[in-house]
Amino acid sequence: MRKNDFDVIIVGAGPAGLAAGYVLAKEGINVAIIERGIFPGSKNVMGGIFYRSSLDDLIPDFYKEAPLERHIIEQKVWFLSDDSMFSAGLKSERYNVEPYNCFSVFRAKFDKWFAKKVSDASAMIINETVVRELILKRGKVVGVRTDRPNGDLYCDVVISAEGVNSFLPKSLGLRKKINANNVALGVKEVIELPDKVINDRFGVSNSSEGVTIEITGPYFNEMRAMGFVYTNRNSLSVGIGAVIEDLVRLKMNPNDLLETLKSHPAIKPLVSGGETKEYMAHMIPEGGYYSMPKLYHDGFMVVGDAAMLVNSIHREGANLAIESGKLAAKTYIEARKKGDFSQRALSAYQKRLEESFVLKDLKTYKNLPKLLEEKKYLISKYPKFLIDAMYEIYNVDRVPKSEKIKLILNKAKKEIGYFSIIKDIFSVWRNLR
Amino acid sequence: MRIEDKLYLIGYNIDEEESHLGISDPNECKRCQGRPCTYVCPAGVYSYDDEEEKLSINYDACVECGTCRIVCSYITWRYPRGGFGVQYKFG
Repeated sequence: MRKNDFDVIIVGAGPAGLAAGYVLAKEGINVAIIERGIFPGSKNVMGGIFYRSSLDDLIPDFYKEAPLERHIIEQKVWFLSDDSMFSAGLKSERYNVEPYNCFSVFRAKFDKWFAKKVSDASAMIINETVVRELILKRGKVVGVRTDRPNGDLYCDVVISAEGVNSFLPKSLGLRKKINANNVALGVKEVIELPDKVINDRFGVSNSSEGVTIEITGPYFNEMRAMGFVYTNRNSLSVGIGAVIEDLVRLKMNPNDLLETLKSHPAIKPLVSGGETKEYMAHMIPEGGYYSMPKLYHDGFMVVGDAAMLVNSIHREGANLAIESGKLAAKTYIEARKKGDFSQRALSAYQKRLEESFVLKDLKTYKNLPKLLEEKKYLISKYPKFLIDAMYEIYNVDRVPKSEKIKLILNKAKKEIGYFSIIKDIFSVWRNLR
Repeated sequence: MRIEDKLYLIGYNIDEEESHLGISDPNECKRCQGRPCTYVCPAGVYSYDDEEEKLSINYDACVECGTCRIVCSYITWRYPRGGFGVQYKFG
């Protein structure tokens, strides 16, 4: 039998793969991470907000040296209609003290830095190499076939951290084809502006304080879409993510969507005068708990986006990826003590994930994707009603307030219906329990 | 800004030798209703010529998001060869 080249081979050097690699390398395990880009991060994209906690647990105080943009002190939600914007959110000085809650980041820079930490911990990172398929022996995963000449590599366990476009779990039958309801397409622009201009426009006092804006509401015409504006040090990340099924149904071009969002009266003054530096697109697995593949097989585990671990409501993904990578690595270390890399031994990874916040959170929202698919109006009708009601309240036209309130209630009765409101509240409550 | 102008801002290492995108049955494009690949791709990789009844694939503009393979099962999508394809500066 051929000797192993490595103990563990990780496919993909994103946050999930790098976290797994870091834990394993620190334990003295012979691990390789295979990356198809010319460097880790060169093909990676996210909206741009990274939550500190999961990585801090791995590399304490990482934020003092990692390439980060701004720490976020204010998080807003904007409900947009064509001509209006209703804003809610929280700015807190408690977010303005170290070690901070979250940061805006650029993945091409951040992942590259993380990868350096991982290779310093003595994991081998193999760039510019694509894993085309798994090597199986009697049904058990024993290695990977890469696109290099004589590129077969053997190991105890393969960890799939390939990201949203993962092929290896499917090749083992761990999941079916991804469908257009379970994934969103995100498009984003990085728009350069002087830091002082950003500080003024977003109301922060210096160039390390940041603001996030999530955008939803009737503006998106019942499309399951979310826009965003994030502040970086010298630029803004402006983007939109929309469920692919909706893009197809409404025949939408993602760049047109982004361009019209940038021209909205609430967004335009934020981006005005800026210069676009980069345009990018990436899929986001948003199907939640029920869209997850089976996470393990003989000699195989799935982590991060490849496992559909994204909490789209709270725009958390990279932190879940890191957590899952850590748990998969710990599972390998346990399995190694017993010399057992079977499905049964690796199923402990699933248990660890279930006990962590990762699957607890995904379970909390497990019914949400289906609810929003069935009741798309929830994201447009109620915010629209709210905007119109607020408009009436603030608009002084010599109609007495008591009459305005009567008008608003009548409108609620006519346009939505009291019974429907109660039904909707009940169904949201029941689905989020 | 048009997609074409935005694509100039992206770094690529183009694989001149082989395309990582293809169509398994070009005849299906003639029958396809709406041809979602032609409008849903964020890099405008796919376009259809009505006179020639042919889909053209500008694979070197691809940003490797994978959306096309979700909307059409006739599109053969694979990762570009190692080191080739899109290279983001920010990401």
